Amino acid sequence: MTIPETDAIGPSDDLDEAPRPGEVAQELIETETMELPEEEEQLYVAGQWQLMWWKFRKHKLAVVSALVLILLYVVAIFAEVVAPYDPSTYFIRYKMAPPTPIRIIDAEGQLRWPFVYQRVRDRDPDTLRDIYTEDRSIRHPIRFFVRGAPYRLWGIWEMDLHLFGLDAEPQEQAIFLFGADRMGRDIFSRLCYGGRISLSIGLIGVLLSLILGIFLGGVSGYYGGRIDTVIQRVIEFIRTIPAIPLWMALSAALPADWPIVRVYFGITIILSLIGWTGMARVVRGRFLSLREEDFVLAARLSGSGEIRIIMRHMVPSFLSHIIASLTIAIPGTILGETGLSFIGLGLRAPAISWGVLLQEAQNVRSLAQAPWVFWPAAAVVLTVFAFNFVGDGLRDAADPYAR
Amino acid sequence: MIKYILKRVLMMIPTLIVISMISFVVIQLPPGDYLTSYAASLRQEGDRVDEAELEMLARRYGLGQPAYVQYYKWVSGIILRGDWGQSMEWRRPVRDLLWERMALTVAISSISIIVSWFVAIPVGVFSATHQYSVPDYLFSSLSFIGAGLPGFMIALVVMWIAMRQFGLNVGGLFSPEFIGAPWSWPKVVDLLQHLWIPVVVIALGSTAGSIRTTRANVLDEMNKPYVETARAKGLKERKLIWKYPVRVAMNPFFSTVGWTLASLVSGQTLVAVVLSLQTIGPMMLRALTSQDMYLAGSFLLLLSTLTVIGTLISDILLAWVDPRIRMEG
Repeated sequence: MTIPETDAIGPSDDLDEAPRPGEVAQELIETETMELPEEEEQLYVAGQWQLMWWKFRKHKLAVVSALVLILLYVVAIFAEVVAPYDPSTYFIRYKMAPPTPIRIIDAEGQLRWPFVYQRVRDRDPDTLRDIYTEDRSIRHPIRFFVRGAPYRLWGIWEMDLHLFGLDAEPQEQAIFLFGADRMGRDIFSRLCYGGRISLSIGLIGVLLSLILGIFLGGVSGYYGGRIDTVIQRVIEFIRTIPAIPLWMALSAALPADWPIVRVYFGITIILSLIGWTGMARVVRGRFLSLREEDFVLAARLSGSGEIRIIMRHMVPSFLSHIIASLTIAIPGTILGETGLSFIGLGLRAPAISWGVLLQEAQNVRSLAQAPWVFWPAAAVVLTVFAFNFVGDGLRDAADPYAR
Repeated sequence: MIKYILKRVLMMIPTLIVISMISFVVIQLPPGDYLTSYAASLRQEGDRVDEAELEMLARRYGLGQPAYVQYYKWVSGIILRGDWGQSMEWRRPVRDLLWERMALTVAISSISIIVSWFVAIPVGVFSATHQYSVPDYLFSSLSFIGAGLPGFMIALVVMWIAMRQFGLNVGGLFSPEFIGAPWSWPKVVDLLQHLWIPVVVIALGSTAGSIRTTRANVLDEMNKPYVETARAKGLKERKLIWKYPVRVAMNPFFSTVGWTLASLVSGQTLVAVVLSLQTIGPMMLRALTSQDMYLAGSFLLLLSTLTVIGTLISDILLAWVDPRIRMEG
């Protein structure tokens, strides 16, 4: 491949000659010490997870989506800090107020630290609807880490520090990134808190599906035979019941006087009631194909117990596939909760979830008047897409040895 | 083949029995029994409560007796007399309410499937024959978005746009004057005028999926030797593609039509609620929130049965297309 002039003795030329038997071992050592490109050398010594990470990294959209998801979850976890106001405080002077415009250039055309103008409320003489205008003489600069409404972080620590806000008295002048709803509550703050329920219901629901799915799918795939047939029949049966109507019927049956936490877990269980079947199929399929592998046979011949074979040899080799299918299953659960709460069968008003917030958008007229009540939908869609892309990337990366 | 069909039909029976049990459990879920709440709602509205009528209803549904007796009376009523129970809210037999809604629901779903095929197949074939071209990337990303967006949100956005741009309220399937009116030509025309929005919204999700399936299937077929042979023999490219690979690629569509129809019928529930269509979705929601349980339970039973039948049809079609399946099963 190279021109004859470079015939001088170099490490790579040794490879071209047929190795004499005694030299094979010698040469193997040499190959390792040879100056391969660093990356390629790493490729041979990298572990399974390292390879997966390298492969996942190549899927740019998945990496970006993963960052978006991390951001969303951080916001939900620290909702009290990120949200500038309490989610259920009414700002009576800001009913249906549109998003506050944030400016960096003032009326004189000067570049400034981001600020908002004082808002003035007027009433439209014809429609009697509130209209909001700006008083350009009063500027309120946006401050980071301001002291504002007191709260208890995770219900434990009393704090009053907020990520951002204004110096002004909130009832007089507030900053609404996404506008305010009919009752004058800050939609952005409500979104932050709503993420807690909507984002966690996906994880917990999938976790429940996983436990049921791994257990039943594993039993089904590992033992096969009659148990397998019975479990497969049950799965087939559950899949014939249409998901949405069944979810509707079951969640309508949750007593109306239940506390929020109980309704939350009720809905989660209802949603994973169908979800586990998909997980069980994936696990079963993996077990079926791995059962015949040589390394399982080898483990059995060397006297490993069943549990050890499953936990030590089989689970690690399909764990990555399980994680990928878990990620793909999360959006379904999130959308399930959103849909149910949206039509009023899921979580109800004092609870804040993205679906509950979307109830505001149910009436087309209010949607036409105040399109910003639709922001929760954007949050849902963003989350769903991010999970889809990450799941896509993980699925590709799950089997790093395949080309 | 007949043996296979018979076997599948027999396998359906236990499934249907369990489904009916689940629907019955749903009917029984709300606290208190049906008759007490029926009488209470009558009294609330100031109507005279006819003790004799209550007595008769109690006997008919075996109320106050053990659950299995009630279940038996309910199921045998449906199978033997076509009696689905009484809707508390509408004061009419459930049977009268079911069928018109069911028919509209199935009609909308069927039209949506056909529309989605008409769009998806040409687009999918184009994407496959122009793989990695700009339009292919465009269609692929559009179909990715279409498949990821939940239908009820699309419905909301469509309604919002119609409201904002044209000041129209596009919900519903009929203009107000036709609701509840008997069927006539003007009513059909009115229906057709309202139909396109729900059809587009419902078809969007399934179109996205179908584009991807068509593209993948055609791509699979394109590399097979018989295509090469036909090309070597000088067959025109257009004719070649539409006559062979596309036909093979379309097989799964026709054989899964049963599943698709059934899943669309239940999947459009939320869209129907948003667009306030006169289909099953909104009525089931109302029945559930007002605890009109015979109606709600009947819908669940009917929808599940539809899914089972859809699966059966698909299985038979698949077996018909692919002999390997009927040998195994």
